[in-house]
Amino acid sequence: MLSRTADNLYWIARYMERAETAARLLEVGARIALLPTAVGYRSDWDSLLRAAGSATGYAAKYGAADQKAIESWLFFDRDNPNSVASCLTAARENGRIVRTALTQQVWDALNTAFQELRQIEARREKAELSRLTDWVMKQAAMVRGAIDGTILRNDGFNFLNIGYYLERGDATARLMDVKYYVLLPRAEYIGTGLDNDQWLMLLRGLGAHRAFHWAYGGEVTSAKIAHFLILNPQSPRSLITCVAGLNNHLMRLAKAYGRETPAQAASAHLLAGLEGLSTDHIFDEGLHEFLTRFITESAALGGVIRDSYLSGDM
Amino acid sequence: MTSYFNEMYEGGEVRPPYARLSDWMASMPADRRLEKQAEAEALFRRIGITFAVYGEGGDPDRLIPFDMFPRVFTGQEWAKLDRGIKQRARALNAFLVDVYGRGEIVRAGRIPAHLVYQNEAYERAVVGFVPPKGVYSHIVGIDIVRTGPTDFYVLEDNCRTPSGVSYMLESREMMMRMFPDLFRENRIEPVDRYQDLLRRTLASVAPAKCERDPTIVILTPGHYNSAYYEHSFLADLMGVELVEGADLFVDGAFVYMRTTQGPKRVDVIYRRIDDAFIDPLCFRPDSMLGIPGLMDVYRSGGVTICSAPGAGVADDKAVYTYVPEMIRFYLGEEPILNNVPTWKCAEKDDLGHVLANLGELVVKEVHGSGGYGMLVGPKSTKAEIEEFRARIVADPSNYIAQPTLALSTTPTFVEEGIAPRHVDLRPYCLVGEKIELVPGGMTRVALKEGSLVVNSSQGGGVKDTWVLAE
Repeated sequence: MLSRTADNLYWIARYMERAETAARLLEVGARIALLPTAVGYRSDWDSLLRAAGSATGYAAKYGAADQKAIESWLFFDRDNPNSVASCLTAARENGRIVRTALTQQVWDALNTAFQELRQIEARREKAELSRLTDWVMKQAAMVRGAIDGTILRNDGFNFLNIGYYLERGDATARLMDVKYYVLLPRAEYIGTGLDNDQWLMLLRGLGAHRAFHWAYGGEVTSAKIAHFLILNPQSPRSLITCVAGLNNHLMRLAKAYGRETPAQAASAHLLAGLEGLSTDHIFDEGLHEFLTRFITESAALGGVIRDSYLSGDM
Repeated sequence: MTSYFNEMYEGGEVRPPYARLSDWMASMPADRRLEKQAEAEALFRRIGITFAVYGEGGDPDRLIPFDMFPRVFTGQEWAKLDRGIKQRARALNAFLVDVYGRGEIVRAGRIPAHLVYQNEAYERAVVGFVPPKGVYSHIVGIDIVRTGPTDFYVLEDNCRTPSGVSYMLESREMMMRMFPDLFRENRIEPVDRYQDLLRRTLASVAPAKCERDPTIVILTPGHYNSAYYEHSFLADLMGVELVEGADLFVDGAFVYMRTTQGPKRVDVIYRRIDDAFIDPLCFRPDSMLGIPGLMDVYRSGGVTICSAPGAGVADDKAVYTYVPEMIRFYLGEEPILNNVPTWKCAEKDDLGHVLANLGELVVKEVHGSGGYGMLVGPKSTKAEIEEFRARIVADPSNYIAQPTLALSTTPTFVEEGIAPRHVDLRPYCLVGEKIELVPGGMTRVALKEGSLVVNSSQGGGVKDTWVLAE
């Protein structure tokens, strides 16, 4: 397969997952805004922007944090490369380039999302936030489902999945970091009722609050949630699930090509690091510090994958 | 007022090839027609067949309008076209081999030397090089118009990279899907062998250095190109990679593509980019689309480029007037298909005639394409004619003129129902070890009432083209 084709497939997956993340962030933000908290309105939205990695771009364009402006920035704004609109457009554009490496169903799903997005943009004044976020989840699920249901299990399928898992792991880490890094800047809040409310909201944003209760039961504690989102291989968005998935697809590539690259070693290393951890280790290191390290290591792995397969310079 | 030949009727009677369509047309009430039209449009958009027009802004994913009313040729009519098209494709290739070799046709005084050797499209870089099987133009698109029951004219030849074949294939697909009954009632020659023939044609011109099953790729300028859909469509049909310049590189005597498993050698490049952009070392140094060093590999026989660099000199509008001469000179035959009489503004007598009769003529730029930069005298205002006159006087050698042809019409679905609209035809002749032509082509239709300009960039649409089995 052409390196560029592999690159396009990888980015289709990353952009779709990223669109979903932007929508989830919006949902979390909207729910936080409904809560009577002492932390205050402004910093909550700020934190979302920071999690979305686009606080600077927003500040340059709009200045102060404002709910409507942030919604628009995260959903519609083409100046924000991580907005839902930018991501869905980019995913579809990447799909158009490698149209022949996709099935009709996958292309349909990507193209439908884009065509509907244009309709939504045309009457954006009437758009309700909760409907928008639901719509994004649905489009993401359609694309994902079409990929799982119709794509040949060849190298292209592996590159798509590598993109998904890498982006998803990064997103989970960032979403968690919103919670700890900014929402609770002061240590005295930790362990209070407020703390738990916000954690639950985070689970809700990840679409996982019911799954969490099924898996753990009883009181909601920081340790349980951290375990669920980082170390539990049953959780579909946990860091360990994402890294294991990534590692699995890299191993399948190595087998199909009869050749290992530095990418396999790097992913195996990242996975081994997570497998040896307990929540105690994580809290000892500091959740924020741990997440920051993970985000950095995951980005580095992305770089190794690019050099090993996608750049074409071998 | 000019009268036009309507291909469906003759002397008030429906012509035999259209007999069944006449019933079909009568049985199509307006609501069903609109329903089918909407269905076709939705299908085209879903598949992603869109056509982008440069410099117009607006929807970058514009659909080319599709007209459901097919255009029909009898087997006999087609037999003549088939012979005429293949004859022309042979002569054009013989001409190219000749002018990059000994130049016999110029020495014999059958075509002026300056027209060939000072032509912008004449490629000095390939002088003395004979491409595999002596083929320069592997896909020849010949634009043909009809003016009467037996009168056909060649409007122009496209020897470089004619586009539109995806419309031939997709229009057929669409019609078979929407109106299967029509295909049961009429015996229509299939066109879907095209992709196999194209693949075989490209494989047949693999360089001598290639001792295995050749690796073929299609080279595209990228997804912003207006014909990108067609590039990816053809790559998919043939099962070959669609590459951009950056995917290829030269190493030693060969060209390779960058794959996830390392470099893979490429033997035949069906390029859909212009000569000027294929190799920045040989042609335009500012080209971002090309592959540095490609021409060296090409000239040493390490890769075949289709169409061959330099093929453009044969489809220049000034050279066009000499194609009948080429047929006589190289093949010793009389042309089966006529050229349209053409005045060359570069020549003084012709220029006088053209300027005196601008109101009746069609004037075109010698190197123009896509229906841009042309004047259709009878359809233009006085002011437009005068403006064009000034342009011709300023640079006469840049223009040729032809009589306004009475282009045939075929019934076409329009807002008010069914009405005659002007059409042309572009068949795609494949030249490799053999010369092949599938029975069909792209029929373009000028959807605007009275318009003679069929180019898709100027509001033209497409139709399915039928050739009836004898």
